[in-house]
Amino acid sequence: MISFSQVTKHYAGRPVVEGISLSIARGAFVALVGQSGAGKTTLLKAINRLVEIDSGAITIDGEDVTALPLAALRRRTGYVFQGIGLFPHMSVAENIWLVPRLQGVPIDGRAERVARLLELVALPPVLADRYPAQLSGGQAQRVGFARALAAEPSLMLMDEPFGALDPVTRSELGRAYRALHERMGLTSLLVTHDMAEALLLADRIIVLGEGHILADLPPRELLAYRGHANVQAMIDVVRDQTDRLDALGRSDG
Amino acid sequence: MSCEIRPTGSMRWGDRMADIGIALPDLLRLVQAHLFLSGCAVAAALLVGLPTAILAARNRRIGAPMLGLISLLQTIPGLALLALFYPLLLLAGRASGLPIPALGFLPALLALGVYALLPIVRNGVAAIRGIDPALVEAADGLGMTGPQRLLLVELPLGAPVILAGIRTAAVWTIGTATLATTIGQPSLGDLIFSGLQTEDWRRVLVGCIAAAALALLIDFVLALMESGLAVRSRGRLGAGIALLLTIVAGAVLPIPDRTGSVGTAPGRTIIVGAKNFSEQYILADLIETRLRKAGYRTERRDNLGSAIAYRALAAGDIDVYVDYSGTLWANVLSRTDTPPAKAMLETLGRELAQRDKVRLLGSLGFENAYAFAMSRKRAQVLGIGDLGDLARASPRLRLATDLEFLNRPEWRAVENHYHPSFSAARAYSPTFMYRALGDGSADVITAFSSDGRISAMDLVTLSDPRGALPHYDAVLLLAPRPAREARVVAALQPLIGRIDIGMMRGANWMVDRDNDKRTPREASAWLAAKIGPAM
Ligand SMILES: Nc1ncnc2c1ncn2[C@@H]1O[C@H](COP(=O)(O)OP(=O)(O)O)[C@@H](O)[C@H]1O
Ligand SMILES: [Mg+2]
Repeated sequence: MISFSQVTKHYAGRPVVEGISLSIARGAFVALVGQSGAGKTTLLKAINRLVEIDSGAITIDGEDVTALPLAALRRRTGYVFQGIGLFPHMSVAENIWLVPRLQGVPIDGRAERVARLLELVALPPVLADRYPAQLSGGQAQRVGFARALAAEPSLMLMDEPFGALDPVTRSELGRAYRALHERMGLTSLLVTHDMAEALLLADRIIVLGEGHILADLPPRELLAYRGHANVQAMIDVVRDQTDRLDALGRSDG
Repeated sequence: MSCEIRPTGSMRWGDRMADIGIALPDLLRLVQAHLFLSGCAVAAALLVGLPTAILAARNRRIGAPMLGLISLLQTIPGLALLALFYPLLLLAGRASGLPIPALGFLPALLALGVYALLPIVRNGVAAIRGIDPALVEAADGLGMTGPQRLLLVELPLGAPVILAGIRTAAVWTIGTATLATTIGQPSLGDLIFSGLQTEDWRRVLVGCIAAAALALLIDFVLALMESGLAVRSRGRLGAGIALLLTIVAGAVLPIPDRTGSVGTAPGRTIIVGAKNFSEQYILADLIETRLRKAGYRTERRDNLGSAIAYRALAAGDIDVYVDYSGTLWANVLSRTDTPPAKAMLETLGRELAQRDKVRLLGSLGFENAYAFAMSRKRAQVLGIGDLGDLARASPRLRLATDLEFLNRPEWRAVENHYHPSFSAARAYSPTFMYRALGDGSADVITAFSSDGRISAMDLVTLSDPRGALPHYDAVLLLAPRPAREARVVAALQPLIGRIDIGMMRGANWMVDRDNDKRTPREASAWLAAKIGPAM
């Protein structure tokens, strides 16, 4: 379980995240949604301390993250982001095996484990010996997921992981990850600015605006939300699009 | 080419290489010394530069001033930087009481290392700062520690850019290392500088070509490695590393020395110094030959500045060299009077021993002093034999001097003692001064008395009955340590008083003339033969 209490972060004297308190249950799939600059990334990175907060506290299973050794905290937390960040000088297998290597796991088990992780993200085992430059964008981000999962983390932090992918790959990979989340019993935090994606993948959606929580609801209830205008506007866009698509389908048939 | 001047012993390649002005083993030894020095300098720069670059890349507040400082050092001319380390190390040695050598390898290494720093630090910073931020975020997000990120991500990814910096540094260093000769560290610059001094263009050319070839070779090898890293080709990288290791091995492999043995002579190594003109090279070669025959190994520190040479001897950085009594009198003892030659030598011997424990072994038998010279025929016709005669005839005569004589105390002394009034007095560079005398546009010149041209042009030097001009007897000086070693003294003693002015002029002429030019070593062998069986 992760809990935030009164978490605040300033940049250049301006609060970017302000007084955030919330808790996330083990096994939950939470989407953090909000417009660009809302503070989503900042909040996510505060968990594995890629961002150091100014005040408040974040705990994982009751332990304050600032009390944990930094490397250990990060190695047991899966982190996937839009930039993917595969190391171009390492093969796919070497990339995937990085965290176990940092942890000093003996290399004998590597081939087998890498093959299993590739299978998990629906990639053929032959890719193990390729270099990142030889992969498509979708393949690369699947490897990114495999690398994040290699040390068997229980918590996955994802910052717009599908942001750079084409819509088909994006939806495919989203669904594949949701299945993994179920199968491996992960706790997942997904940052996205795409409300439709959040509604379709997550169990709980937290809408951020200017550093504050504007709404915090399961998808179905969020669809019925009436309140903050910005939140409503975000939902309306999704609804409007589906309505127009429906209308388009009807007029065609 | 006459046989008598041919050096003896097992100079197997000597004959074939004579036409490029240097024997092959000697050339190889210089190439080795050059490579070794350059390699060590780049390695030292890497050792200091890479951590500096990492620090500067991580911390901009340190980075900017650090790069500024290194760029500033870079603007100091190479020669000045090299010369600067001599007094610095001398001071450091004196302040710390440690035996820090102020001459030779150490200052050369330091100066070249400082020079190599800029490209290494600049490219290092660029390499690390240029890494895709997404990769840095990934490295951090995966839980790499700072050193792990450096080792696993930043250095491998930055390697091509870092190597490009090393490449630039290596090429610069190999070029600049030619200047190391001026602070007594052997390099290919020995050929260039001595070639320039003796106007032996073959030596200059060989030195330049060898240095350029070394630079090109290293550039090629490092470029191979760089492209191997950039395109991740193990083959290219491997070939580059193999070549580099071969070159490193070549730089430290022993080369048979002049006597044919592989540097295992029993005695210790004696360091022979020389200033930067032909006579000094010839005499240093002669001293080396004597010491080698006595079983010592020898090394050379050539092209020492006049001010550096004596201090280097007193500090023990060189063991033996030839200086001139008048120079020591004025520069070391700061005396302005001009006593008779014998008194001057006695005082020098006493004071140098007392002050610096330096031993003045004795005069070689000739002087290299300022002397007025004119053609023998003209002197006879005008009845001029000494400076008094010259002064009386001076209103009808034109004087040609070197560039500085008319501003020197020697000229004032001559004016005070003899009151000449030449119809014209003009300053020339030495070569043109002799031409002026040759083509009749001057009647008298101020020559150096051991200059080979005096004999070759059949000139006479005029005596100085009133003792206006100071004496410049060539004297053999020993550093404190060899001064106490009987075997060294015994090996060099036979040179004392054995070289007369005619012999020295002859040897100098062999090296300085334009046609059938000989190397200083050949001239020293000729001189040794002349000195006779005692040698
Ligand atoms: N390192 C930083 N330095 C200064 N400002 C930052 C930094 N990171 C984020 N910000 C600012 O903080 C605000 C929130 O950023 P972020 O959390 O990245 O938003 P989101 O991910 O929701 O788009 C933005 O206005 C952004 O410009
Ligand atoms: Mg963001």
